[in-house]
Amino acid sequence: MTFTLAFRNLFHDRVRLTVTLVGILFSIVLVAIQLGLYLGARSMIISMIDRAHGDLWVMAYGTKNFEEAQPINARDRYAALSTPGVANAIPIVASFTDWRKPTGGSTLVVVIGTDKEDGGLSPWNVVEGDVTGLGARDAVMIDKTYLQELGVKKIGDTAEVGASRVRVSGLTDGIRSFTVTPYVFTTISRARTLIDMPADKITYALVRLQPGADVESVRNAIQAKVPDSEVLTTAEFRTRSLNHWLFATGAGVALIGGAVLGLLVGTVIVAQTLYSSTKDHLNEFATLRALGSSSGYIHRVILTQAALSAVLGYALGMSIAMAVVYLSEHTALPIIMTPGLAALLLALTIGMCAISALSAIGKVMRIDPAMVFNR
Amino acid sequence: MIAETATLSSEAHQGPGGEEQTHVVLEAQHITKELGRGAGKVRALKGVSLSLRAGELTLLMGPSGSGKTTLLSILGCILTPTEGSLSVAGHSTAGLTPEQLANLRRQHIGFIFQSYNLFPTLTAEENVRVALDVRGKRGSEAVVAAQRALHRVGLRHKLKSYPANMSGGEQQRVAVARALAGSPSVMLADEPTAALDSENGLAVMQLLSEIAKDKSRAVLAVTHDPRTVPFANRVLRIEDGVIVGEERRAEGVETIHELARNRKRKANA
Repeated sequence: MTFTLAFRNLFHDRVRLTVTLVGILFSIVLVAIQLGLYLGARSMIISMIDRAHGDLWVMAYGTKNFEEAQPINARDRYAALSTPGVANAIPIVASFTDWRKPTGGSTLVVVIGTDKEDGGLSPWNVVEGDVTGLGARDAVMIDKTYLQELGVKKIGDTAEVGASRVRVSGLTDGIRSFTVTPYVFTTISRARTLIDMPADKITYALVRLQPGADVESVRNAIQAKVPDSEVLTTAEFRTRSLNHWLFATGAGVALIGGAVLGLLVGTVIVAQTLYSSTKDHLNEFATLRALGSSSGYIHRVILTQAALSAVLGYALGMSIAMAVVYLSEHTALPIIMTPGLAALLLALTIGMCAISALSAIGKVMRIDPAMVFNR
Repeated sequence: MIAETATLSSEAHQGPGGEEQTHVVLEAQHITKELGRGAGKVRALKGVSLSLRAGELTLLMGPSGSGKTTLLSILGCILTPTEGSLSVAGHSTAGLTPEQLANLRRQHIGFIFQSYNLFPTLTAEENVRVALDVRGKRGSEAVVAAQRALHRVGLRHKLKSYPANMSGGEQQRVAVARALAGSPSVMLADEPTAALDSENGLAVMQLLSEIAKDKSRAVLAVTHDPRTVPFANRVLRIEDGVIVGEERRAEGVETIHELARNRKRKANA
């Protein structure tokens, strides 16, 4: 009967139910979008680091993220290679430069130079062309998300980077940058040309260890050999990049802050509607109390009301959130929805409604059951 | 002194052969209740003592502000007395927490309210089932018990009706069924006929007097409706927080048909 009572109380006043559901819905959509954006941003920030499948990164001291690294001496790579426990040290070149569109104007891009035969950072999710095609003259690969921004339409179109001509030889799908600066993949030698980097310089030496090698020992050994550079584990580099983009710049704080705000607004709306609904049904709760119901019984009625609101609001909110996620899929800043985030949102919604129910429970617990005689 | 009389009279109640016919299911002794604080403090009850016996319908009558409802609230374990003791079905209420008092109500007390206090969003059957649900009686057992209670009050045809679609008399009968369904030792009714027309009021009193014939249950109705007196076994009068009189109706309880017949006779005369 607690479910029946809660259900009828909730559906008795359709207008109030609508207000409650709209409140939860907006809260869910807002939190889903904010946290989805956060996940999307996080995924973009660490995608290059994760896709490189390295154990250690040798880089310029104080490098804050993948895109903004100063060059280091190519000798550092050999220093790493000569360290016991190192299986491979792959050179990677990455730097910002200008892309001059064939249609006129220019835009900033990040050129990433790596050779497939080295097993370095090759483009993934290739939807047109082939990574081997990068060996062809002037070849570069870009993500199809940025075709319009780069002023090209298809494979074979050309543009200029630095003083050199480049030709689109392949397209990827979903390799997007948090800075909204398109990535341009090419070979290491062509990348050096495009960004005007001397042959004795690289941006990173991506180190892969031999099986069984101790990461910390090898890192210390390499660091001792390259005192002017910094050696980070993949996890450290990932954390540093995330901290820089999400927290040092305030972008992540804004996203998480928005999510918290969404939760607060949702909690207040649900609390207000549950409280006023409980107030309207106060005499019924007093009657229940007079009939001898325990506090737990009354709590169950109110919490069931809150849970019903949560489930309904969640279902509606998630439907809209999923539509927004779908629409954002091919934009420069996709919103990511994972099963984990969906579960977290459900937990947050139920938590939000449970907290909201507290005010209603407090109100009911203060009822004087003797009021049943005063109607 | 008069308050004592109410108690003593109940304790001394015996059958024609001298044997005790029924047992005491509720006993209140020297109940005092102070309401409000400081300068606004009022003594609503001043040492009330009374007993309710199973198998009896007792009326508590008195003018407004005499302490009827306060006494009913205390007897129903909703309010706690400032002084005095209360025992329901052999259980003393002294020192019980609100939760323990609720438990006592759940097990031994049924309420009927002036304004019925039905749940507007529930059907008649569901309203009765709520009272069973709080007692932990659920499922088909509860449905059968609720339907049986509604049959008993003559609402077999209204099981699925909502309060808004029932007359005041029908709603009060649902409230009676709700109180009855839990098989309480004591049924307490607060002005059960006040919101009803004469016909429905008498029907509800008839129902209460029949319920009171159960030798395991006492019924107390607070009222200032003189039409209800013929149905009572005993009438207690309260004034200014003190029981000022008790009348035991030795001639017996009239049925609604006898009452109608007597009224017609009087009207013809």
